[in-house]
Amino acid sequence: MAQLFFGYFAGVIALTAILVVALKNPIYSALSLLVMFFHVAGLYVTLHAEFLAAVQIIVYAGAILVLYLFVVMLLNLKRDDQYHSQWRAVGLVSIPLLIEFMVLIAGGNAAGPGPAPAESVDGGGGNTLAIGETLFSTYLFPFEVASLILLVAMIGAIILAKKDVMESPTP
Amino acid sequence: MTVPVSYYLILSAIVFLTGVVGVLIRRNIIAILLSVELMLNATNINFVAFSEQLHDLGGQVFVFFALTVAAAEVAVGLAIIIALHRSRSTINVEEFNLLKW
Repeated sequence: MAQLFFGYFAGVIALTAILVVALKNPIYSALSLLVMFFHVAGLYVTLHAEFLAAVQIIVYAGAILVLYLFVVMLLNLKRDDQYHSQWRAVGLVSIPLLIEFMVLIAGGNAAGPGPAPAESVDGGGGNTLAIGETLFSTYLFPFEVASLILLVAMIGAIILAKKDVMESPTP
Repeated sequence: MTVPVSYYLILSAIVFLTGVVGVLIRRNIIAILLSVELMLNATNINFVAFSEQLHDLGGQVFVFFALTVAAAEVAVGLAIIIALHRSRSTINVEEFNLLKW
């Protein structure tokens, strides 16, 4: 049953990931990415990370993708987007990765099932509580740094998108 | 019957590879940013799969931080795109050769 769910989610994720790259219209790419985000959230649910699935839908599908669609429609893009002629670079990167991928597939069956899973530490609704306790005890300092990153990004976005900054250097 | 963790690694490798190819071959700068999102999601899948496998919540916490960085990257990146579009009135990356040597 778990493998059935994994097969469905993995198939849709791989298909929509390829569609994000292959489709020429940026709006269709963004909508395909939206479908991928929902299926990644479903994959998180099967991995017992329910809180993370909710955050994935709220932040990625709710905030980030809406921002993308907003900018795509703000800039009023035409559909003349074509591909780069950088197939040598693509080959240079993807052939070693493909070899590693084959090694991974070949070694995955030989390695056996790995360590036997113990009983689930965080079953059901305790996931959010456990994540909260971990986040605010062990990872308290990175949490504060993350808030600083968000503040810097907010100020930077406001300054970059302001009209007065780009006025003088335009030729 | 649980799914072995190598399946998640293979799925993540496929998604990450698709993102790399997208960054390399697309000319629309918004599509390049969407491909970067693909790569971030691939790493997130890995983090959650290993967090489940090893019974350690640190992986899920790291997904939060990756999500924070993704949100910051999108905000700054889209602001840069708007500024570029305002000054050059295009978003084709081959038109931007100001820093090219």
